[in-house]
Amino acid sequence: MVINLKNTKTIAFVGISATLALLLSYVEFLLPPLFVSVPGIKIGLPNVVIIFALYCLGFRYAAIISFVRLIMTSLLFGNILTLAYSFAGAVLSLTVMAILKKTDLLSCVGVSVAGGVSHNIGQVLVAIFLLKTPQIAYYMLVLLVTGIISGAFVGLCGAFLIKRIPIDKLK
Amino acid sequence: MNGKKAKNDIIFISALLVFALIFGLVLFLSQTKGDTVVVTVDGALFGEYPIEKDAQIEIKSKSGENLLVIKDKTADVISASCPDGICVHHRPIQNGGESIICLPNKVVVEVRTKGVKGTDIIV
Repeated sequence: MVINLKNTKTIAFVGISATLALLLSYVEFLLPPLFVSVPGIKIGLPNVVIIFALYCLGFRYAAIISFVRLIMTSLLFGNILTLAYSFAGAVLSLTVMAILKKTDLLSCVGVSVAGGVSHNIGQVLVAIFLLKTPQIAYYMLVLLVTGIISGAFVGLCGAFLIKRIPIDKLK
Repeated sequence: MNGKKAKNDIIFISALLVFALIFGLVLFLSQTKGDTVVVTVDGALFGEYPIEKDAQIEIKSKSGENLLVIKDKTADVISASCPDGICVHHRPIQNGGESIICLPNKVVVEVRTKGVKGTDIIV
């Protein structure tokens, strides 16, 4: 169900989605950290928009929305390091999710869990590259488990949206 | 959402959880008790302290100070001048390779094992 980008409605929809993802990043930025002792654990609220876009608009638009959001959040709330971490996570999770979606074995919850876990793995790989400490392995374990939980939450939200929002009216 | 995909989801998530569990077990079993607490400030060595001996160390750096306490063979940062306090909230450390890092003050407290004997546990 890939829609032609020349379609004005689609352009508007991609713009709104990117804005929504950006706003959700801000909401998440405002929330207190879930675990004070382990920084970097997030629910990944913007990913609800990404998973919705992946299913309803296709991989290309999901990638566009994801990267627009990424660059905007890094400029607004982060720095160049945030960009490096998020970029690795986003590229890996988008790729994994697109492949898993194509195999058509999992529902969008399973795909989202894989996305959450691979997002965290991507970030840890960058951290290993930048920091070069073996201590990261413990962090990896924590992020693996939280990735599963947050991925499931995001996937359930996404499934709900995909069911309720009449995307066919866009065409 | 159809039943077959939901079942696959559960299998997939369970497999990931089992993997996490095994990963955790391997990490847990490969831990070694540390014997030295090494403190560095901005990359430079600040001091080395034996973990057996109880001590209170004030780590003064350009940007502030952290109070390190060594007690009962564990090292813990109990107060710091930094705004986020991540190092203070960090649980006490005792195993080789564990560390508490205070980014604002560029302080790294690390437990090291001298003369690592290599693997003494075979999983």
